[in-house]
Amino acid sequence: MTTPVQSANTAVAPEMAAASYSYPSPLAEFWASFRANRGASAALVFMAFMVIAALFAPWLAPHDPIEQHRDILLLSPAWTAQGQWSFLLGTDELGRDILSRLMHGARVSMTIGLVSVVLSLLPGIVLGLVSAFYPKAVGTAIMRAMDIMMALPSLLLAVAIVAVLGPGLTNTMIAIAVVSLPSYVRLTRASAMSELGRDYVIAARLAGAGKLRLMFNTVLPNCMAPVIVQATLGFSSAILDAAALGFLGLGAQPPLPEWGTMLASARDYIESAWWVVTMPGITILFNVVALNLMGDGLRDALDPKLKKLA
Amino acid sequence: MNDQNPILTARQLSKHYSVSRGFMRGHFSVKALNNVSFELARGKTLAVVGESGCGKSTLARQLTLVEEPSAGHLTIDGIDIATAGAAALKTLRPKVQMVFQSPYASLNPRKQIGTMLAEPLLLNTPLDAKEREERVRAIMTTVGLRPEHYHRYPHMFSGGQRQRIAIARAMILNPQIVVADEPTSALDVSIQAQILNLFMDLQQEFNTAYVFVSHNLAVVEHVADDVMVMYFGSTVEYGPKDRIYSRPLHPYTRALMSATPAIRAEDRREKVKLIGELPSPLNPPSGCTFHTRCPFANDHCKQKVPELRSLDGRLIACHRVEEITP
Amino acid sequence: MSLLEIKNLSVEFGSQDNPFRAVQDVNLSINRGEIVGIVGESGSGKSVTMLALMGLIEAPGRVTADQLVFDGQDLMTMSPAAKRHLVGKDVAMIFQDALTSLNPAYTVGFQLMETLRLHMGLSKSEAQKRALELLELVEIPAAKSRLSAYPHQLSGGMSQRVMIAMAIACNPKLLIADEPTTALDVTVQAQIMDLLVSLQKSQDMALILITHDLAVIAEVAHRVAVMYAGEIVETSPVPEIFYRPHHPYTQALLASIPEHSKGAERLATLPGVVPGQYDRPIGCLLSPRCPYANEKCRNEHPKLTQTHGSFVRCFTPLDEAGRPIV
Repeated sequence: MTTPVQSANTAVAPEMAAASYSYPSPLAEFWASFRANRGASAALVFMAFMVIAALFAPWLAPHDPIEQHRDILLLSPAWTAQGQWSFLLGTDELGRDILSRLMHGARVSMTIGLVSVVLSLLPGIVLGLVSAFYPKAVGTAIMRAMDIMMALPSLLLAVAIVAVLGPGLTNTMIAIAVVSLPSYVRLTRASAMSELGRDYVIAARLAGAGKLRLMFNTVLPNCMAPVIVQATLGFSSAILDAAALGFLGLGAQPPLPEWGTMLASARDYIESAWWVVTMPGITILFNVVALNLMGDGLRDALDPKLKKLA
Repeated sequence: MNDQNPILTARQLSKHYSVSRGFMRGHFSVKALNNVSFELARGKTLAVVGESGCGKSTLARQLTLVEEPSAGHLTIDGIDIATAGAAALKTLRPKVQMVFQSPYASLNPRKQIGTMLAEPLLLNTPLDAKEREERVRAIMTTVGLRPEHYHRYPHMFSGGQRQRIAIARAMILNPQIVVADEPTSALDVSIQAQILNLFMDLQQEFNTAYVFVSHNLAVVEHVADDVMVMYFGSTVEYGPKDRIYSRPLHPYTRALMSATPAIRAEDRREKVKLIGELPSPLNPPSGCTFHTRCPFANDHCKQKVPELRSLDGRLIACHRVEEITP
Repeated sequence: MSLLEIKNLSVEFGSQDNPFRAVQDVNLSINRGEIVGIVGESGSGKSVTMLALMGLIEAPGRVTADQLVFDGQDLMTMSPAAKRHLVGKDVAMIFQDALTSLNPAYTVGFQLMETLRLHMGLSKSEAQKRALELLELVEIPAAKSRLSAYPHQLSGGMSQRVMIAMAIACNPKLLIADEPTTALDVTVQAQIMDLLVSLQKSQDMALILITHDLAVIAEVAHRVAVMYAGEIVETSPVPEIFYRPHHPYTQALLASIPEHSKGAERLATLPGVVPGQYDRPIGCLLSPRCPYANEKCRNEHPKLTQTHGSFVRCFTPLDEAGRPIV
């Protein structure tokens, strides 16, 4: 090394000393700002309970979800006058334990949420990136196709898809995935387009990065924040859509304990046995609210604009 | 390759963009760069001076091969890029690197400094992970970054340090040409001095040629060997720095120099006042593009485009330069 | 009596137990018809000082001062309504980014007239007449047609002119210009500075010019206050400060400008960066970077004291030859 460079080093030494604090890792930083949001933290705890209940339902649930206790049809919850403590949330019209059915139902709902989000997220990201990187013919074609899908009411489209494929859990998930695809495509494309204009993308091209590397290694990580938020919200709307399809008799088929199906089969007892309808209803409500709160928390914690202000 | 040959030659380089008039209405052609020619020797610095919209950023994009010129020839290290095959282009690319204006936008916020600096090596050299890390650590020391910065993310650095990282990224492949687009305009003056010194040191050490795009004439005077003044996509004056700074001839160059504020009264030049602002590129003026703002323009200037011609040791594009020079 | 008198103005951000002092004990007095420049690097607190003066610091920011008197009125005890009336009428401010300071949804004329009707109580036709006058005053060509233009239809220089027209609409006694030309090209910058100075004379306003560009101030200001890390370190008249700076920071700032190192290979640099929230030195804030710092500088905080017509915050202010007086 030549002398001038060395003298440059000595000249900058104090600057470096001034800046040598320990910085939190991005993950720790994200966690700290997520935890600061109380609603999101509470929602996270609730969802953790739901996940545990779902994962360990066969062992945690007090009864078999499809076992019919013929002697105690429509038993009211434990804290009411006629209640029994072994059936905490009561039984339904066929004498099945509602708590056990809800816990097993959580497995179904979580699976529906997870699978349909993954099924729409992955192709959505790829299509969105492709349409951002090839904005002319390919991108326009993709976006117009998405516009057409967005023009149809989502539930109607889902019903149509299920009607074609036939009712059932798998087809429900496929239908929900197809319906939510356009939102991921549009979101990924929009944020990829804005990132593409930034200098670091040109810098990566000068470094020799090819199209694929640019798409997935350079640009994608910077577009993930809004997509992750959308995925969380998509999880909750998938649960909701599945419940709606179940309610219409197009989703999971009885006796499979699915929240929407439970709601549908209980609607005849809405006046005589309130708990049969209320329990799955409240479960759906809590889950959706919790997921949306988590989505909001993620949005705040992942948003780099807010972080810069701090 | 002979060291006497220029590392970079541009001949009549032009870039036209087509701008849509709206749905089904055809296109405008905007001439962002118009017949620009220059030569750059190894280890020398060419400064491109001009205000926003003069085509200097477009020129930077052509030189770094990010865009293809619409017309003209660009020869880098003896290879004409218009006729070069894909393989030749791939070997050319690492030879031209760039430092951007904003150190905030030019670093990928999701990548650690070490990974970011290693990326060019990963893509262009057969080095393994360990050798790459060695090279990265070496260049970090050279630009004045500390070893513990290796695992940090860009948002943990100040503007000046980020610009050092950007310079390290540009220099890591030992490029022959570095295009620097306003590299210090986003920095404070005292940091600007540190970064300019770093540029000069690196040039001495690696014999890199710089194309230094700037609007700051004081910075240009410090770094440049040759100066090219651009206005509205064309060269208006091009020559050795000393010539141009001691005796600017083109009215636009004179206006730029006199408009640049000076701290000491004895450095202030006689004011050449310009009228109005840059014309719209969608509706370019006829004749000399500068006539709408030039205090010396006459009817001839409005009709005929001036050619670049040699005068007093430089090239200049002005019809009336002999009459108006004091 | 001076027009504006600031005594020990401080601005704090952050929580009570972990405060960050953005501005500390600023003393400044501005006379009628005077142009005062406030210079400093980013983060030096120059803009925050002026925002505090205008009452534009929002909670959780806290503003404290011993005295804040404008034109005989105490700003500290004034009711918010009276202050709102004063700000915008007698004290006006223009910002760096003129384009974002204008509401894109309304025409230039509408926004100008709104100001006039609100502060001056003019009728619609009077306001229209005055708006036209103002646009002509700031030398906007074809002023009449510009009244119905939307902000996005104006260039950077034009929108800054409109902002100036709005600021002087109510004949303010003090105009604060925060980096008014930083976003503009040099030739346009020269036009805007000419305009500001001529308006300052014709309207008999005092002008506070906040900038990081020492050269801009050197050409127009009567007096300069240099800020460093939230404090004023030197207040001196122009041009003395540029030839004989008394504070080591002023000296270093001047030396780092390329104009000052003409012909030299390297630029003089001030090592290090401005201290942040967590690494504020106990003694003089410059002591970690100051080449003349001694034991006393590192342990005690200097006060602003008068030396030869200047105010300097240094234990060993520099003499005529630029050496510290021990």
